[in-house]
Amino acid sequence: MSIEVRNLRKVFGDFVALDDVSLDVPGGELVALLGPSGSGKTTLLRIIAGLEPADRGSIHFHGEDATDQPVRERQVGFVFQHYALFRHMSVFENVAFGLRVRPRRVRPSAAEIRESVMSLLKLVQLDMLADRRPSELSGGQRQRVALARALAVKPKVLLLDEPFGALDAKVRKELRRWLRRLHEEVHVTSVFVTHDQEEALEVSDRVVIMNEGKVEQSGTPEEVYEQPATPFVYGFLGDVNLFHGRINEGRVKIGEGELEAPEWADARDQAGIAYVRTYDVELRRVRSGAFSLEAVVRQVRAFGAVVRLELDLVDGGGTIEAHIPRGRFDGLALGRGQTVYVSPTNVRVFAQ
Amino acid sequence: MPSKTRGVLPGFGLSLGITCTYLSLMVLLPLATVFVRTADLSWSAFWSTVTDPRVVASYRVTFGASFAAALVNTVFGLLVAWVLVRYQFPGRRLVDALVDLPFALPTAVAGISLTTLYASNGWIGGYLDPFGIKISYTWVGITVALIFIGLPFVVRTVQPVLDDLEVEVEEAAASLGAKRWQTFTRVVFPTVAPALLTGFALAFARAIGEYGSVVFISGNMPMKTEIVPLLIITKLEQYDYAGATSVALVMLIASFMLLLAINLLQWAARRRLAA
Repeated sequence: MSIEVRNLRKVFGDFVALDDVSLDVPGGELVALLGPSGSGKTTLLRIIAGLEPADRGSIHFHGEDATDQPVRERQVGFVFQHYALFRHMSVFENVAFGLRVRPRRVRPSAAEIRESVMSLLKLVQLDMLADRRPSELSGGQRQRVALARALAVKPKVLLLDEPFGALDAKVRKELRRWLRRLHEEVHVTSVFVTHDQEEALEVSDRVVIMNEGKVEQSGTPEEVYEQPATPFVYGFLGDVNLFHGRINEGRVKIGEGELEAPEWADARDQAGIAYVRTYDVELRRVRSGAFSLEAVVRQVRAFGAVVRLELDLVDGGGTIEAHIPRGRFDGLALGRGQTVYVSPTNVRVFAQ
Repeated sequence: MPSKTRGVLPGFGLSLGITCTYLSLMVLLPLATVFVRTADLSWSAFWSTVTDPRVVASYRVTFGASFAAALVNTVFGLLVAWVLVRYQFPGRRLVDALVDLPFALPTAVAGISLTTLYASNGWIGGYLDPFGIKISYTWVGITVALIFIGLPFVVRTVQPVLDDLEVEVEEAAASLGAKRWQTFTRVVFPTVAPALLTGFALAFARAIGEYGSVVFISGNMPMKTEIVPLLIITKLEQYDYAGATSVALVMLIASFMLLLAINLLQWAARRRLAA
């Protein structure tokens, strides 16, 4: 079941939480809403769920207008960061809740409820703990109960608000792989909110990056990582170096060096910033090519397959970071305080 | 002691000793004198005192009115606590402070003002009188006074539990298709039930012992609106100390049994919630 969000606007007092946000989630996809805190991602999720009214705009589920539908009629499964389990009920009763509150006409029989709850608990690998109370479970187990509870009502869409935010790093990693596998099994259209880029890129089919109430970019994890549409996305996803310079007629002058930037052919002496990923730099012991900045090695972290170097630019352009393969580093035989020449291999220029 | 396990918190022996001494001195000793004074009477004299029709009628008034008042307080106390916890509105802090007023107000003041309000020529009583509804000097008036003094107990015990119950839990119930009343009966109520029971017990216990506010509004008609504490005072004024303590003893035992029963209920409810 697809979700279409059109021109949503939401204001809290004088804080604009969502500013004309539109979004399409194709049916069956797992989409991540990624952004820093205060970017409006949770507000967007809550409006999709019907837990919050929008000031303006519309929500459609599979072409059907759901904007004014109350949450209990929307048939969404919602998973909260802090689980929000019913603590006076057993795990079994928590999962059965959505089926038990149905009107008598459409309520499954006790045997049917038992069967579907147990099969869900098996799916989330908690069938052995059906009689426990939420307080007797670990955080990861609680969140799986919450997920089973949400899935029990066969929701049109599954919405997860920072589902792994309250868990420790190791459990979080396990659980997000598990979520991905689960999604492949049940295939319900899912949207989850996170501020963790790694989590978003690893789990989702599509990432929507939000900032200050707006959608900055939406695309597959590869697209948003390899071709960031805005400076914000560049900075938010992965490590990046900034080179300040001037753009003029398709060329960017940075320090001593000069770069081709054909997309800026019309620019006339404009301030600009070149974004370069930390692994998109070539280091040489001698100067070569048109763009080669002199730098001094300040710090070397040589563990693992990638060696991380901190370099001070000689012309006062600040410090940059370079990640190079171990083999290449060994070939260069670099040490602290030595001079090296930096050439970016992949540059994206944005005007300031 | 062969093996002495050391806890992390020191001073268990000392603090338990102080607790026991203090409770004995402040609670058990005064209560024991009730037993001692009552023992002055023979068994038959005791029995005829405590089963005297006028005394039995006063038990009925005290326990009946106290139970009714505690029940009303449980319902409306929950509502007040709910409003104070869940909604932000101008004057919320003022309302919050107002709840405690019955704690601080001298009970006689409450009694006098309630009597004036509900008398057949009072602000409220005046409107009810034409319909033949009388509040002051009736059983209902006693209940009104007991509602007034018992309200803070329910509100203050339920409030922190409601505070603890995240809004998200209600949102989760709604997203699963529960209607408003289903969310209340299946999620909110079972969670606050133990605290509500505590509040009920406290309001009930307070009402049984209440004297000051009730004597003004009740009219103190023997067999009809006479409460047990008043009867005890009456007996004391007649220098019938043994008679007074006999009635007090019955009250004491009855109250203790009731509170014990409520505590057991509460314990069972807590166990269901499981900390």
